Parts: sequence; structure tokens; C-alpha cells
Amino acid sequence: MTMTSNEPVSVIQPDGGVRGFDEKVDAAELLHAYRTMLAVRAFDAICLKLQRSGRIGFSIPNEGVEATQVGAASALRKSDWIFPSYRDFGMALYHGVKPVEMMHNMFGNALDSARGRQMPVHFSFTQPIRFVSISSPIGTHVPQAVGAAYAAQLRGEDTVVLTSFGDGGTSSLGFHSGLLFAGVWKSPVVFLCQNNGWAISCSTEEQTASDGFAIKGEAYGVPGVVVDGNDLLAVRKVTAEAVARARAGGGPTLIEAKTFRMGGHSTSDDPKRYVPAEQVEYWKARDPLPRFGRYLTKAGLLDASKDAALKAEVEAEIAAAVKQAEQVGHPGLETIFSDVYATLPAHIRKQGEEAFDLAARRGGAAAGEGAFPL
Amino acid sequence: MATLTLLQAITDGLKTAMKDDASVLVFGEDVGKKGGVFLATEGLQKEFGAKRCFDTPLSEDGIIGAAIGMAMNGLRPVAEIQFQDFIFPAFDQIVSEAAKLRYRSGGQYTAPLVIRTPYGGGIRGGLYHSQSGEAYFCHTPGLKVVVPSTPHDAKGLLLASIADPDPVLFLEPKALYRSVKGEVPEGHYKVELSTLREARAGKDVVVFCYGAMVPVAQKAAEEAAASGIETRVIDLRTLLPLDEEGVLEHAKSTGRVVVLHEAPRFCGFGAEISALIAEHAIEYMEAPVVRVTGFDTPFPNTLEHHYLPDHRRVLDAIERVARF
Repeated sequence: MTMTSNEPVSVIQPDGGVRGFDEKVDAAELLHAYRTMLAVRAFDAICLKLQRSGRIGFSIPNEGVEATQVGAASALRKSDWIFPSYRDFGMALYHGVKPVEMMHNMFGNALDSARGRQMPVHFSFTQPIRFVSISSPIGTHVPQAVGAAYAAQLRGEDTVVLTSFGDGGTSSLGFHSGLLFAGVWKSPVVFLCQNNGWAISCSTEEQTASDGFAIKGEAYGVPGVVVDGNDLLAVRKVTAEAVARARAGGGPTLIEAKTFRMGGHSTSDDPKRYVPAEQVEYWKARDPLPRFGRYLTKAGLLDASKDAALKAEVEAEIAAAVKQAEQVGHPGLETIFSDVYATLPAHIRKQGEEAFDLAARRGGAAAGEGAFPL
Repeated sequence: MATLTLLQAITDGLKTAMKDDASVLVFGEDVGKKGGVFLATEGLQKEFGAKRCFDTPLSEDGIIGAAIGMAMNGLRPVAEIQFQDFIFPAFDQIVSEAAKLRYRSGGQYTAPLVIRTPYGGGIRGGLYHSQSGEAYFCHTPGLKVVVPSTPHDAKGLLLASIADPDPVLFLEPKALYRSVKGEVPEGHYKVELSTLREARAGKDVVVFCYGAMVPVAQKAAEEAAASGIETRVIDLRTLLPLDEEGVLEHAKSTGRVVVLHEAPRFCGFGAEISALIAEHAIEYMEAPVVRVTGFDTPFPNTLEHHYLPDHRRVLDAIERVARF
């Protein structure tokens, strides 16, 4: 018996009305979700300008996928854990991470939680929610999410772990081992596959011959559900159901959110080289932001002036974050050598001393001009 | 104090850790009901329950990936990889994730886990049950690599590894599992990581070795003594982070060095010891450093006794550096 339907769950209708959504969500929460989506878009727009003008090295755009990130995050508690991919920071923003904390990472400055060791967009936060340090290899975080969930289960906590990855991520080793273990252990994990159509330049048809991605859970005993990823209420609804089931001991769920990244894979990528123009037009008409806006307007929670005020507010907040983060200097030379181990081993201490000695005798190293190709 | 085999000492170490700390878990392929293919985890599931000692699906990537998540969320996982030869599906998890987590998160997230795995030859295991892959892992900042050679050290180093705040790869010399016995203290004790052990005293030549090569070096040293060469045998015990100063002191005080390991020579751990001495102690050296190692070939089955360094090869090297 198949557990997976390939018909995407959708809630918000073209006219802004809703179908099949009876969850009681208060107005403030809905407006916070909308504001977060605006903030993600504003953050991206500013980062693109910063990258193009050479003030930061790299960024990952989220335009088009905001409803998936924010809708899924809105179904979690602050005590839950998120093992994100690099196109998920709306989840952190939704739960209250400040844009300036993210901007410290974009500039790789001394206040960045990773001390500038990682590329931009590789965030790590522990408060107000566990948004686990992002790594660049694809899918490695998926079985880790299952392990973190096992720890919570063992202690009798009702924590749920959400892990997110793209359509390309389903081809990684970690996706399969993660689902395998979660199925066997009945882990309180929600697997969120953000099917945005493209893994850099590889289309979903080139990625898999499977009939969608949600069905891939079945062989692992993990039920799948497909959702309209550009419909915030639909993503919230299916994630909330999966979270509730996980919290109650019912095991994991694989959600496939069908969405579309309207920008490139990153600021180093030109999607015009591979994405057909008509596909962009198709999805542009389904932009999740105005779509959720129409719902809020019809529900009497938003009007044009309030919308403009919210946009101005988030843009000002992010512009202020840039100003603040750009003034912070580089991390000190010693941060190359710290945090490799809990305590500094003698051989690394020696190498650090040599680096300081060289800088004292011959001046500091010059920053390179290399551009990142991916 | 009980007399135990190296294998029994490891089981004792696991039991001690699980008794002391409820956050310690032991898992891997066949470690639960069966107690592991070498029986290192025998009795643990019965004593501590299936939530703390259990079998996993046959996926090394899943075992180590899950262990990292557990470690991040407050547990002290001790994961077993059945043979070190099968660790490579988890290489990404070990090298890209466990070893880098503290660094890339500025210490917000850490992975204090232990990966136990039997390594090395001596059981006629052929290409895929005999390898010594320590060099792959010693090239990974953020990871610790530990290799015991005695029952006392096996338990003490294992307990120190489990208590360590960083990820530790604990390589168990399977050839010594049942062939060496020794006195092992009861209850909790630690052998500090990154410390050397003098397995045999001697002033003329020093042999640096670890794991299953330690008794080989000791036997060769006894034979060398018969012809008047006093050989010191140093068991490195922790390969990363290595006690470099300790190695240099032994090199300087003898001026004659042999480095011994089972793994292939090219880019092997012996190259690091040799380079360390060349950089920092060359003026003390009376002879070139000689490496005795496995050949730069895959590990053979039928002829494994020719591949594995034995006391003849080590004695040959000791005499060469002594008479240079």
C-alpha cells in the first residue's frame, strides 16, 4: 500500500481565500511569518548588492522559497532543533535570530559565531532555537538530525528535529542513511525536501527517475507528503501535522515542498544559462510573498499602507545590520588556531607562534582577490 | 588487579564508562545481541539495556552521522565500525563533520564521540579486513587518533577517549586482541592522551611504533641485545595530537631511529616522524632514520606474514642504524 500522494497539499487559493485550513493561528503570528518572508527577501537583496560591489564574497539567494522555510519553521517550538541546509536562514529569522548576527557571518568578522572561518551563509546559532552549524557537503547533516533526535528520545524529552535539504540532497549518502535510521528508530524527525527544481544546473529530471521525492521515504517506512511549497499555510499545516505525529511518538515524515528558486544557486551562478525563461515566468506568477499577502489582505490583517510600512521596517533593520557588521574588524590571527580542539595542542600552538612571529618580522599576509566559482 | 586480554580490557573499559555515565552509549553493526564480531561488547546489552547498547543498520555513514548528532545533543556515543577497512563510507562524517564542528561553529556545537574500530593484519583477512588507515585520519585537524598496545593502556586510553571533549578515533590492534595479557586495574582510571610509553629501555637505538607493532619491536630489541645493541622501544599510543617533544627527546638522546608501522610507507605515519626529526633534531642524528613498514601495495592474504613487518625486518633495521 502506498503511503504517499503526489497531489500537493495547498491551502491558499488564487483569490486569497483558503481551503482546508482550520488551524487557529493568531494574527500576530501570521503577520510575523509575513514579516519574516519580507526580511528574507530584503536580506537577499542587500547581500546581492554587497556581493556585486565586492563588500562580501558570496551569498545564497532565497527568492521564491521563503514560504517553505518560514512555513516549516512556524510549526516548531523554540526547544526543537533545526539541521538546516544553506538555503534556510528564514527559519532562524522566524525564531528570532537578529539580522545583525547573520550579517556578522556574511562579513566573516570578529563577532561572527564561526569567527569568519566559514564562507558566508554558513550560519550557526544556539539561541533562541538550535539552528545547527551549516556545512557545505550535501546531506551530511541528515543522519546527524536523527542522532540528535535519539538523544532527546532517550532522555524522554518531546523535542522534534527538523532537517532540511534540497532536491539534489536526496541523492546524497546522508539522505538515505538518515531516512533508514529514522525509520528503524521511529525518530521524532521531520525531513523537509525543498524541491526547488534545480541542483545548481541539474534539473529534477536529471536528478532522479523517481516519481517525485516524497515517495522515496516509503522504502524506509517513512511516510511522505507533497505540499505546495509556495503556500505558507499549506507548508505550515503539513509540517505541524508531521511535528505533532513525531512529538507523540508516531515517527518521522518526509515532506516534499514543491517550490522554485527564482535566483541563482548562489551569487556566483547565472541561472539564465540553464533555466528556461518560461519556467521562471510560470513560478513568478506563483510568488509566495504576494500570495500570502493576498490571504492576509482578504483576512483583514494587511493593507497596502501596512505592507509598505512592514517592508520599510525590515529594510531599515537590515541596512542597520550591514552598517553595524561592516564596522567590525576581522577576527584575530589567533582564531585560525583556536577551536580546533577544546584545548590547544602543542603542535598547533607552535604553528600559531610561528605565524605571529612571521607577521612581526615581515608584516601581515595580504588578502587575496580570488573569486569563488560556485 | 585482574589479568585480562586486550579485548577483555576494552570490554571492561566500556562497562566502566557505561556504569559511570548514563550518557555513554555503545552501538554499531552486530554489537548488541551478538556482542560484536570480536565480542568486544559482549554482555553490554544485557547489563545496560537495548537503548544504550544496540545494533544498527549496515551503514557506516549512518552510524557515525547519528553518533555526531547524539554527541551534539549531550550524549557520549561510542560507535563501533566493525573493521577499519569499512570506515570509508563514514569518511565524510568523520573528516568533514565531526572533526570540523567545533571550529566551524566557534565552539557552539561539538562532537565528543569515540569511534572504536579494529585495524591491522594478522588474522588472514586479506585486502579488506587487515588495513591500517591511520594516516588518512592523522591528516585531519580536529580529530584525535589513539592506538593502544597493552590491556592496561587499552582500558585507560579508552576511558580517557570517552571523557575527551573532542572526537577520537580509537584503533584497536586486532592481532593483539587475544594474544596479549596483562594486569588491568579495576574501576575507573585514565591514561592521558598524547603521552608516550617506554615499552623497553635502551640507549643505542630507539624504535617508534604503536599498536600491534609494539610486541614485534620488543622481540627484535631482545634479539638485538644479544649482539650488544641496547634498543629503546617507544609506544606512541596517541598519533594525533602527537607528543612531538617526547619523540624529539628520544631521537636526540639516541641519535639512531627506526620507525615501525604496518601501514604502507608512502605518506605513512613514519614519514611524519622522520620529517619531524629531520626538521628539529638532524644535528643529533648519527644515522639516517629507517622506516620499517608494510609495502606500498594492497594488503595480501596468503602472504600476509611477508607483508607485515616482523622481528627479522625490525632487527635488520636496528642493526643497520646501529652500525651506520
